[in-house]
Amino acid sequence: MAIKDKKALKREEFIDEHGLIFLDNVSMKYPEQGVPAVDNISLRIDRGEFVFITGDSGSGKSTMIKLLLRELVATSGTVYVNGYNTKKLRHGQVSKFRRSLGVVFQDFRLLRDRNVYENVAFAQRIIEVPSKEMRRNVPNILSMVGLAGKYKSDVKKLSGGEQQRVALARALINKPAILLADEPTGNLDPNNSWEIMNLLDEINEQGTTVIVVTHSPEIVNAMKKRVVTMRKGIIISDEEEGFYINED
Amino acid sequence: MKISTFFYTLWQGVRSLFKNGWYSLASIATISACLFLFGAFFAVVYNVQNILYTAEEAVSLTVFFNEDVSDTRIEEIGQMIDGRVEVSSVVYNDDDAIWAEFGPAYFGEDYAEGFPENPLAGENNYEVFLSDVSMQDALVTWLNSLPEVRKVNYSEVTANTLTGMNKLIAYVSIAIIVILLAVSIFLISNTVRVGISVRSEEISIMKYVGATDFFVRAPFVLEGMLIGLLGAVVPLVLIYEVYGYVIDYITNRFATLSSMLNFVPLDSIFKYLMPACLIVGVGIGFIGSMTTVHKHLRV
Repeated sequence: MAIKDKKALKREEFIDEHGLIFLDNVSMKYPEQGVPAVDNISLRIDRGEFVFITGDSGSGKSTMIKLLLRELVATSGTVYVNGYNTKKLRHGQVSKFRRSLGVVFQDFRLLRDRNVYENVAFAQRIIEVPSKEMRRNVPNILSMVGLAGKYKSDVKKLSGGEQQRVALARALINKPAILLADEPTGNLDPNNSWEIMNLLDEINEQGTTVIVVTHSPEIVNAMKKRVVTMRKGIIISDEEEGFYINED
Repeated sequence: MKISTFFYTLWQGVRSLFKNGWYSLASIATISACLFLFGAFFAVVYNVQNILYTAEEAVSLTVFFNEDVSDTRIEEIGQMIDGRVEVSSVVYNDDDAIWAEFGPAYFGEDYAEGFPENPLAGENNYEVFLSDVSMQDALVTWLNSLPEVRKVNYSEVTANTLTGMNKLIAYVSIAIIVILLAVSIFLISNTVRVGISVRSEEISIMKYVGATDFFVRAPFVLEGMLIGLLGAVVPLVLIYEVYGYVIDYITNRFATLSSMLNFVPLDSIFKYLMPACLIVGVGIGFIGSMTTVHKHLRV
């Protein structure tokens, strides 16, 4: 068996044993801050779960997302994502690791100088999908997010909801095991917010593990999913079909 | 890397050059202005040095021999002088030939009537032209050490003045060229940096999606190199077009000096200027974009 396959098998075994995401006594302290942004937290998320991570500003949820994306490396403890120990990843391996994740941000983060098709196709280009295949995959994913007729549109001219759909299509096109959504409805009106959340739910039903960071009580309370609540860097609650917990 | 990926990154670099039209134009203009100044100064310095070199080549010294030295020995000494590194050429002046040249000039066509014998007999000499005027002293010392040599005529002032001027111009021009290059490098790399910094978000998006450093960097580096290339070509074309006109203008305007002003042909200047400008332009475009993108890759 090739070394590559052996490593993949080891990762699969690890996921079966510890979960798709596994945070083991993780702390993150920024050098310029006195208190840790994330303080000795442990968390396990399994395949196929839909998890909300909630909390007010400064609760540590953004730091958590950065740790999962390996934008930050924990000061202590270990973060495992999709079987990868993020601490052990060398700079050159991070890109490969991130390809196993789909990411959606509040501010969409689209390539402003490219159209809808190019933005989505970009995710396929970096993994060197043949052009022929790409021309088949991109329209499929765009029709899944409801943008079938807009593949030539300039992303700057799309509404917020449409831009978030493009970002979602880009995040999903490589069939990631995990979809991380950092405040995906933060810049959207209620109608668009619900459409995006329904899309995320559909994606989850198709088998993708979805993690949504949000501070929207309406969405969290209505969706009846697992809710992890953070406050001042620690997890204060982790409940199946949970509710949004207000600070006061 | 697949061929399609290679062409994709290539296309992105070219596309980006046109997409960021104003930035590209500003960068090309900055690079062009810097390299034009550098090129123009280089052309001036090269010409000044050429004029000085021509003047140096005209400087000669004359070696006279004792009366009893045989023609064979004089010939041997001539070969020894010619073999020295500081000597560019040696001309032998026979005393009869000298008298035949100067006699008519000073005493008219019947000059021989008043002088039954050659009054310049024994004045056989070598006129020695130097390849490096600063080594005149060393040559004179050597010549004076030969027992057959009676006298060496030379101008110490001319040699020293030319050597001094040469040194001064060399030092000043090296200093100015280094300063101009340093300013060019600073301005060009800053322009490239600013252009890339405003697109740091684009770089971070690519990194979040899982693009490798190479995939992110390649289009930016290519764009930087293209900007550098265009920035180098513009001043080269300008200098190429303008040089002839300037030379013509100086030659016509200062006609009296035209015999002294020996201008360097454009080809000789471009032999050095073209690679220098291309290396500086493309090199800075490459290094500037490479280092700037590198800073934004830590996402």
